[in-house]
Amino acid sequence: MSPDNAIETEGLTKRFGDLVAVDQVDLTARTGTVLGVLGPNGAGKTTMVRMLATLSQPTAGTGRVGGYDIVRNAPEVRSLIGLTGQFAGIDELLTGEENLRFIGRLLGMPTKDAKARARELLGQFDLSDAADKAAKAYSGGMRRRLDLAASLVGRPQILFLDEPTTGLDPRARGELWELVRGLVADGTTVLLTTQYLEEADQLAHEIVVIDHGKVIATGTPTQLKSKIGGQTLRIQPEDHGQLDSLRALVAERFPDIEPIVEAGAITIGVNDDGVMPALAADLRDRGITLTDFHLGLSSLDEVFLTLTGHRTEADADDETQPEEAAK
Amino acid sequence: MTAATIESPVMGRPGLTDTVRQTLSMAWRQMVRIKHNPFELVDLSLSPVMFLLLFVYVFGGQMAGSTADYLQYVLGGLIAQNAIFLTMYTGTGINADLRKGVYDRFRSLPIARSAPLAGKIFADLFKQVWSIAIMLGLGLLMGFELRSWAGALLATLALVVFALAISWVSVLMGVVADSEEKVQIYAFVIIMPLTFTSSAFVDINTMPGFMQAWAKVNPVTHLADAMRGLLSSGPIAEPLLWTFAWAVGIFAVTAPLAMRAYRRKMV
Repeated sequence: MSPDNAIETEGLTKRFGDLVAVDQVDLTARTGTVLGVLGPNGAGKTTMVRMLATLSQPTAGTGRVGGYDIVRNAPEVRSLIGLTGQFAGIDELLTGEENLRFIGRLLGMPTKDAKARARELLGQFDLSDAADKAAKAYSGGMRRRLDLAASLVGRPQILFLDEPTTGLDPRARGELWELVRGLVADGTTVLLTTQYLEEADQLAHEIVVIDHGKVIATGTPTQLKSKIGGQTLRIQPEDHGQLDSLRALVAERFPDIEPIVEAGAITIGVNDDGVMPALAADLRDRGITLTDFHLGLSSLDEVFLTLTGHRTEADADDETQPEEAAK
Repeated sequence: MTAATIESPVMGRPGLTDTVRQTLSMAWRQMVRIKHNPFELVDLSLSPVMFLLLFVYVFGGQMAGSTADYLQYVLGGLIAQNAIFLTMYTGTGINADLRKGVYDRFRSLPIARSAPLAGKIFADLFKQVWSIAIMLGLGLLMGFELRSWAGALLATLALVVFALAISWVSVLMGVVADSEEKVQIYAFVIIMPLTFTSSAFVDINTMPGFMQAWAKVNPVTHLADAMRGLLSSGPIAEPLLWTFAWAVGIFAVTAPLAMRAYRRKMV
């Protein structure tokens, strides 16, 4: 019998010297659901996953995976989980089939079963045609699929996906999403970290937003989107001098929303795209001509601006993952 | 209380038989790598072949009066030197895997902590056997007179045991160093003087007193003497005993250090 919460942490903390990479994180993932951990580069997502997957030990706090303590019962935790990290844990010289067969043998499957399981996964992940090619000849999307397949050889109940689609093109990303949905339909619990709001929105039942190692928001995708506006409207007047009158109009129409004024344009979060025609009519009436008037999906950047009042820091220092910096 | 389902049974710490089986699986991976990249074996053979030809045909006349006599002397020493150099690749391989994230996957699996490292060492023993075969084969072509085939077999066995132990020095360096190049530099700086200050290439009685004192205890001297004894001529039992004593000593110190460094890597 599985516990109700597949993953639970309380005050989970990891320090590297003075750097607090993960700071008092409390989170839960209900069994059979997807928990999305959303945050920019360097937010501490990977460090958190490494602790939960028993690759590193917390400085403070506790974590339970499948009901087992991640420090005291690490071997038990390992027998329940699968991990797909940011760096492909596959052997490039081996073929796809050999990579999977190898994991099966490591897990103690008889050779025949390991072969059968490898073939089954290759089929499921649309890699049958490339089964006997060396993994170094695989495309980025194929590699990620093979890596994901490798983490599933032992049929884990709980799966950690650390930025599984970073660097993939939209088609490969969509394919991977479908695979994850299939796993969840079969009862697997997934913890997924991502930099993409859209990805969390597509896959997660529950989202935890983290920044600088701290949880800054939690909720269902719908709850979060209604808090921040699921879409972003960007309006840029042709004449910079009209920015103030545009601002006044926006304030009239959307009294509850704090607009972002930047680079000669105004950006607001909106939940209802029905506002566009009325706003366009107002703009025309006031004689404001525009160079940009478009509705887009809110990016992680805008989520952060709304939640924290600062943009995600994409400067060089923050690009490195904390554990990289600590090495 | 069990949280087990049909999918993934909960397992505790792996036992000894599991550890051995997992080590063999790890070694299997390494052997498949060689299968896909057989030129690795050619690369491995280049430097021993070159050393053997150069030492015998360049230094031979000066060293022993005739190249034939020097070949009888130096083949055992060169085999010993090459075996020690070969262990360096164990460390560089582990270093590369560690940095590429391959070990992250291993660490998330319910397998023994030592299995990836031990598996790599185990597989590399195949390269040791390959190299001794190449060198002995070339030596025989050059006119080497083998004491006995039983001796050759025993020499291979002794070499494998010694390599098994000193590979842990290389593993330790592979785990600690932050790049493959550093592993190579450390290894070179240690191995080069170590092999030259031994009986591998010259009679240590020609060395000055302080150097003789060191050369007499140098493990490479014992290994080279044992190889020479088994393959060519000279005492066998004493150098062999010292070789094993060194192997046990080096293993006892470096294997726990390497495992500790490996665990520490999981910060």
